[in-house]
Amino acid sequence: MAAEIVFESISKSFGPVKAVDQLSFTVEPGVVTGFLGPNGAGKTTTLRMLLGLVEPTSGNATVGGRHYLEIERPASVIGAALEASSFHPGRTGREHLRTYAPQVGVDTKRCDEVLEMVGLATAARRRVGGYSLGMRQRLGLAFTLLGDPQVLVLDEPANGLDPQGIHWLRAFLRHLASEGRTVLVSSHVLAEVQQTVDDVVIIAGGRLVHASSLAELAARARKQVHVVTPDVTLLTQVAAERRWQLDPAADGFTVWDVDAAEVGSVAFARGLELHELRGRAIDLEQVFLDLTRGTGA
Amino acid sequence: MNAAFRVELRKFLSTRMWWLLLVVLAAYMVFMGVIMAFTFTADTAQGEVANLLPVEAAKTVYSLGNSLGYVFPLVIGALSVTTEFRHQTITTTFLVEPRRTVVLVAKFAAGAVIGLSYGVAATAATVAGSAPLLAWQGDGAHLGNGDVLVTIALTVVSMTIWTMIGVGFGTVLTNQVASIVVLLAFTQFVEPVLRAALGAVDVLAPVGRFLPGAAAESISGASLYSTIGVFELLERWQGALVMLAYVVVLGVIGRLTSFRRDVT
Repeated sequence: MAAEIVFESISKSFGPVKAVDQLSFTVEPGVVTGFLGPNGAGKTTTLRMLLGLVEPTSGNATVGGRHYLEIERPASVIGAALEASSFHPGRTGREHLRTYAPQVGVDTKRCDEVLEMVGLATAARRRVGGYSLGMRQRLGLAFTLLGDPQVLVLDEPANGLDPQGIHWLRAFLRHLASEGRTVLVSSHVLAEVQQTVDDVVIIAGGRLVHASSLAELAARARKQVHVVTPDVTLLTQVAAERRWQLDPAADGFTVWDVDAAEVGSVAFARGLELHELRGRAIDLEQVFLDLTRGTGA
Repeated sequence: MNAAFRVELRKFLSTRMWWLLLVVLAAYMVFMGVIMAFTFTADTAQGEVANLLPVEAAKTVYSLGNSLGYVFPLVIGALSVTTEFRHQTITTTFLVEPRRTVVLVAKFAAGAVIGLSYGVAATAATVAGSAPLLAWQGDGAHLGNGDVLVTIALTVVSMTIWTMIGVGFGTVLTNQVASIVVLLAFTQFVEPVLRAALGAVDVLAPVGRFLPGAAAESISGASLYSTIGVFELLERWQGALVMLAYVVVLGVIGRLTSFRRDVT
């Protein structure tokens, strides 16, 4: 049963503060969707409304057409990990899972299975109080998998993971999505999920600012070419003629919104001596910053 | 409901706190049992409590769990709710069971089971500490007396209800430190003073009977305070109803406040 997550003009006010404002978007099954925004953008509040923890002021959030509160044994439909800190420090990782297992509808064997899946098998019998942040993230992930749900909702799952951990998480989330699951991952750093997500939903100040595939987002990035020349005067002159935006950069200049081939051919035609000419990789983080700038709290 | 109950019970049993408090409670009750039995026997010649009938003395000693030890079930009950808010596990709790009334009822039920174990342990410890001394130095342990056995059994019952009051109190005051401080202050200081003060004024004396500690002692039918002659107790069934009323009122307040709010 593939289930999509649908937010329909959902809003939440805390007193006079509009944390989430008329937010609408859909999260599709079979792909990993990044839910992005700066800190305080309303990501966690939005996820908590989906999960029945926070009551929306208005609007709807559904999974497979149903409200969270209407779902019998919801942990077998949606697995959610919201905070890396919400464990009793005196319980072992295994006991944490076993404690909730009856309501998820699984047995102890399944608890051991998911601990194995997230690479916590050897630490399963240690108290969570002694876990690193990365281990807590893994335990949170293990909890989401307990009921083998079709939908996964993870709030900042990469926080506290070391580079190997992030690499592992990417592969793991991609694998889950490839099984047809709906995977929603929030983050305040685009670079963290850039290599993991297929779709992006970006919010700022509680409002939707962008929703598309990652490829479409990348297409919005401004092209940049790095140029080094001994003849600064001529470069400046050519740039003015061609209406290129030219900015000084470390050991050279950045030319905006053109590709290296165009700069190269113009330079050749004008006899401009170039010592370096290089197209820069598109900077998604910059796109993200531009999209969310000025709308933050 | 069954799954919710099992989960709440596992929350108790999977941490060390429940048996640590249980062990301390048992040790405390053995100690107090010895002390009180000693007081009632060694001082018979000149003590003020000498006018107590031997059976009454036995009942007062055996129900000490209810007069002195009840703060333990009360605290473990409150902790079962406040730790969830302290460590934010309440998020996970409401994720696996979004029907919050079900969670609340399951917490009361699991608290009752833990409270029963506290009641049994405390009462067994008290009897173990006091009965040999009463039999040897005093007028006998009276453990074959039906009336005494009823008092022992009902002491277990009222300690069970104490745990549920603790659960209810935890839902009303979810801040762990504040909750424990208030419980300790109320049981160790405020209520004893109130009971003495209310008991001293004729018109107000009946009010004192409805305080939770007085209601609990009326269930077991024996009281350190009434022994000392401070005031009369309610009937057993009345005491039980008063205690259960505290459970219900606290639970309803908790459901409408901390258990209704957004979990952020």
